[in-house]
Amino acid sequence: MIIEKFFNKWIMFFLILIPTCGVIFDEPYFITLATKVVILGIAGIGLNLALGYCGLISLGHAAFFGIGGYITGILSFHALNDEVLFSWPLAVSGSSEMLIIWPIAILVSALLSFIIGLLSLRTSGVYFIMITLAFAQMLYFFSISWPNYGGEDGLSIYMRNSFPMVNTMDPLSFYVISLFWLLFSIFISLRLINSPFGMTFQAIKQNEERVKSVGIETFKVKLLVFVISGTITGLAGSLYTDLNRFVSPTVLDWHTSGEIMVFVILGGMARLYGPLVGAAFFIALEQTLGSYTENWQFWLGLILILVILFARSGILGLFDKKLKYEK
Amino acid sequence: MTLILFFEQILNGIQFGTMLFLMSAGLTLIFGVMGLINLAHGSFYMIGAFSAALIAALTDSFWLALLASLAGAAIAGVLIEIIIIRHLYRRNHLDQVLATFALILLLSEGVRWCFGAFPLYLNIPDILNGTVPIFDNIIYSKYRLFIIFMGFLIALGLYILITKTRLGIRIRAGQNDRQMISALGVDISKLYTIVFAIGASLAGLSGAMIGAIQSVEVGMGEPILILAFVVIVIGGIGSIKGALVGSILVGVTDTIGRIFLPELLKVFMEPSNATSVGSSIGSMLIYILMALILIIKPSGLFGKS
Repeated sequence: MIIEKFFNKWIMFFLILIPTCGVIFDEPYFITLATKVVILGIAGIGLNLALGYCGLISLGHAAFFGIGGYITGILSFHALNDEVLFSWPLAVSGSSEMLIIWPIAILVSALLSFIIGLLSLRTSGVYFIMITLAFAQMLYFFSISWPNYGGEDGLSIYMRNSFPMVNTMDPLSFYVISLFWLLFSIFISLRLINSPFGMTFQAIKQNEERVKSVGIETFKVKLLVFVISGTITGLAGSLYTDLNRFVSPTVLDWHTSGEIMVFVILGGMARLYGPLVGAAFFIALEQTLGSYTENWQFWLGLILILVILFARSGILGLFDKKLKYEK
Repeated sequence: MTLILFFEQILNGIQFGTMLFLMSAGLTLIFGVMGLINLAHGSFYMIGAFSAALIAALTDSFWLALLASLAGAAIAGVLIEIIIIRHLYRRNHLDQVLATFALILLLSEGVRWCFGAFPLYLNIPDILNGTVPIFDNIIYSKYRLFIIFMGFLIALGLYILITKTRLGIRIRAGQNDRQMISALGVDISKLYTIVFAIGASLAGLSGAMIGAIQSVEVGMGEPILILAFVVIVIGGIGSIKGALVGSILVGVTDTIGRIFLPELLKVFMEPSNATSVGSSIGSMLIYILMALILIIKPSGLFGKS
């Protein structure tokens, strides 16, 4: 644990170092990459709560990532075109203010994860994995066949949404905004896992029957974890749309779910900074291997299989021999 | 006119369902016997289609190509089972999901490496080209009828294999109690390899047959893989009967929904709106069906609770 904490300090150091280098050497691309890592890290931190700490293997977190992304895209699309979003029962117009978009994205992702959780958590084991996957696919196909927002081609927003007093088009400013949300989600996770509620959902991961037998309604606990988890991932999706100024059905694709899961596993499950390290490793791999070969995903697959077969506690686990992988 | 269209769409649905069955039978068998979630099952569908396209290009024979799809997918299945999958049986579901997800990346990119990114095409043989009259005025594609026929033939074959043969008894025993049958002297790891190869070859065959209607390309297995998951969730995981019922249900619902929902909505909506809303909801219909079935029976239609 001590080694992991030491390592976590280094991670924070790098989070500041990399964009600073980007500014000094005038390489805005570095900052954009770092922002991408931070945002994907947030998505992973969201999933880690459900997957790593509560043992809910959700293969459908793309649904939340995507809905956050689409909400952001749609709101700012309407604001840009000056159309009302819908006129009944209340006339609601779009918005390009992050301070308005975030709460809406959070609310909608929370609502969606509540609905999906309510239905999926009736099941467990393999059924749960497949149902979460199927719900995400449902939204994916919906986004493809719904023509109003670009369908398969996706939706471009030409300007990043705005934040008071800040020029969000400046890479560094947007990085700082994303970093804020990263720290916030790490803080929330930390507070959660050390709270009595957190003890309960970690106990559920170990042995649900026992938790039930002391009189706790595990369904409600799992649902709440799932909602919090989905909401954090949804927020990451909202930032991701702003980063790319584009959202397409790809964010809802099940590969996205798989990738978010990969961040969590590569970094090390149930470790607070694990998903961030995983996302950083993933992006680094994409950048380095991708520059040599088009088929970089082949090597990604190979590395993943090796990690799963041999290094079961992830990258952070390599630095922390004392904590063995638990089943 | 509408009745003919309806009948035709029902047949299309059944044809789609039988292909789904070939995929989901293997998936459900592999899960039932080995307890493995195999996300990479769609890759065998792709491998089967590519083997068929390769042999068809070399020999110009559709029938050899179909055989090649069975053989190619089975060989790939055996190799992958021995090298990777075998180590996953004792692991938890999460490890299985991730490892097989990684396998998808590996196999898809591997195939792209070998065959390039352009789609290949498989030609339907002359005997199966064209249409055939079914009733007075209903004509239907011969090839699609052939697919339905093959699907039911294989369902029958699987039924006989599972219920009447020695291998089938072992498979069923493996589903019930793994430890017991290995204690009774059955070579369990060989049995697992055989079951995996059967599943893979069925997926490969369906890939080749669908490949002749659509195109043979990298990633073709993924949409149908997820539908196969929906099927086995509806039918009950581990149940082949459930897979058959689920496949036909999903196949027909999906086909009918996509065609008729827009038409239905046109009754009380503007045509242009009805088309977009209808097709959007149509594409979600099977997932709604799945959610409904799960609310009523969380372990699927034929699953053990």
